[in-house]
Amino acid sequence: MPPDNSTSIRRKIGNASDCPRRFLWGSTASVSLGDLLRGTSFGGRLRELSGRSALLACRDQFAAALALVELDGVVGRVIICPPDLPSEHLSTVIAKGGVDAIVSDHGLNDDGHLGVALRTVCSFANAPEKGERLEHGSTEWVLLTSGTTGAPKMLIHNLRSLTGAIDSSLNQEADVVWGTFYDIRRFGGLQIFLRALWGHGSFVLSSADEPLGDHLLRLGAHGATHISGTPSHWRRVLMSPQARALTPRYIRLSGEIADQAILNALRSFYPQAGVSHAFASTEAGVAFAVNDGLEGFPASMVGAPGEVEMKIENGSLRIRSARTALGYAGAGNGTLTDKEGFVDTGDMVERRGDRYYFLGRRNGVVNIGGLKVYPEEVEAVINRHPAVRMSVVWPRRNAITGSLVAADVVLKGAPDPSRASSQIADWKREILQICRESLAAHKVPATIRCVPALEIAAAGKLARHHA
Amino acid sequence: MSIKAAVISQIQQIAEEMGTRKDLPPLTDDLPLTDSGLDSLAIAILVARLEDTLGVDPFTESSESFYPVNLGDFIRFYENAAR
Repeated sequence: MPPDNSTSIRRKIGNASDCPRRFLWGSTASVSLGDLLRGTSFGGRLRELSGRSALLACRDQFAAALALVELDGVVGRVIICPPDLPSEHLSTVIAKGGVDAIVSDHGLNDDGHLGVALRTVCSFANAPEKGERLEHGSTEWVLLTSGTTGAPKMLIHNLRSLTGAIDSSLNQEADVVWGTFYDIRRFGGLQIFLRALWGHGSFVLSSADEPLGDHLLRLGAHGATHISGTPSHWRRVLMSPQARALTPRYIRLSGEIADQAILNALRSFYPQAGVSHAFASTEAGVAFAVNDGLEGFPASMVGAPGEVEMKIENGSLRIRSARTALGYAGAGNGTLTDKEGFVDTGDMVERRGDRYYFLGRRNGVVNIGGLKVYPEEVEAVINRHPAVRMSVVWPRRNAITGSLVAADVVLKGAPDPSRASSQIADWKREILQICRESLAAHKVPATIRCVPALEIAAAGKLARHHA
Repeated sequence: MSIKAAVISQIQQIAEEMGTRKDLPPLTDDLPLTDSGLDSLAIAILVARLEDTLGVDPFTESSESFYPVNLGDFIRFYENAAR
């Protein structure tokens, strides 16, 4: 591990002499790292944030990226709001994170009910921060990921854990341009952002409002060489007429199961590129990357000593390394690791021959293009329909997004025999309507079946299957 | 119903459910799927619903990995799989 991993981002990139030639490119704005180091997003107010627990709640990803670089090393803790955090969870996040300052690129209009007195608006200007930069020391980074009941889990990292997987001997060429389909406010995107900053290259940010074709053209125009996304992102790329705008040297897949079909398709479409699929999660950090072009991973990796140790227990993959999260922010989430320090990833694997293959997630958790959906959250909404006795939500395999949300529903009573099929169709439509009103689009069931009964496991709970 | 009609009817149905029906462009064979107003999630739902109505999912049944670019490619992929 490089010895300077505990430094701040500014110290890390400030030591490099190539900053004027390196860029962060957003969809509507860009900045050289040289200008980024000279300028400020805080117009003289950075000192107020020193040592605080700051919630970074920006609408614009580019603004968030610039603020993050400046906040690291100054605030005691930065809690990074992902772009789609439902506003009803904000107060929980603030309480659990001990937030005493909110940094945003817009005036948060909450009538003060969030109870955080210090509000700081960030807006980048190419002018030096007034006054001395008050370094607090190592900043805790809190990343959000989906939780069982809809409220997010909050995982604490630091720069050491987040950058522990970055091999300082790789991807150091001056012409490396990183790009990602992720948002940097999620673990997968943040990894790529940090890789760009840690090396000698530049970085092309994604933008939620930008059509994929425009994003691909922009990546191509900036000469992106190292590009990361989920298998679902990459399937979408291959279905785009602008896929040829990319000429990557390195393709990285993570966030969901990389199947052989997408690995083969990428290898044949971009023959000049190395294709790697990585296993990483907000909880477990970056565990490993597989570079042999085959799905799954070699069985020899399990039980082997090294920076990252892996074991399989009750069918799920467990990871121990200095790159895992340090714990949960706030009380009531249980413990992250077992007694030996292993994080249970919840990803079920099966050994066939000399390789392990991913089967899906335990407890019926549905991974849709890298977004996890806990079935309980969707079932609770379906069960609000007056005709529904009970329901079970399960992951339906899908070649485009890996999985989809599917629902089996047991009705309270038989429909009216004279118009059974139209009544069932009406009920299904109403269930979907309720779901659409209360859930994000990817959580709404793609398909609903009416079934006579649901399987109940020995402990009296609904039986859940991982695939 | 022909496969083409089944695909188009499902696309219209999904756009209706997602509230994007009014933005749906004319569904011609040369329409790129990425310009159809259907995002990845919508295309995934389309594949699942077509499996339920046509009884075939060429994406998982085909030994070749294939990602159609135009609506016409997509429909032909299903027509070939159904033969």
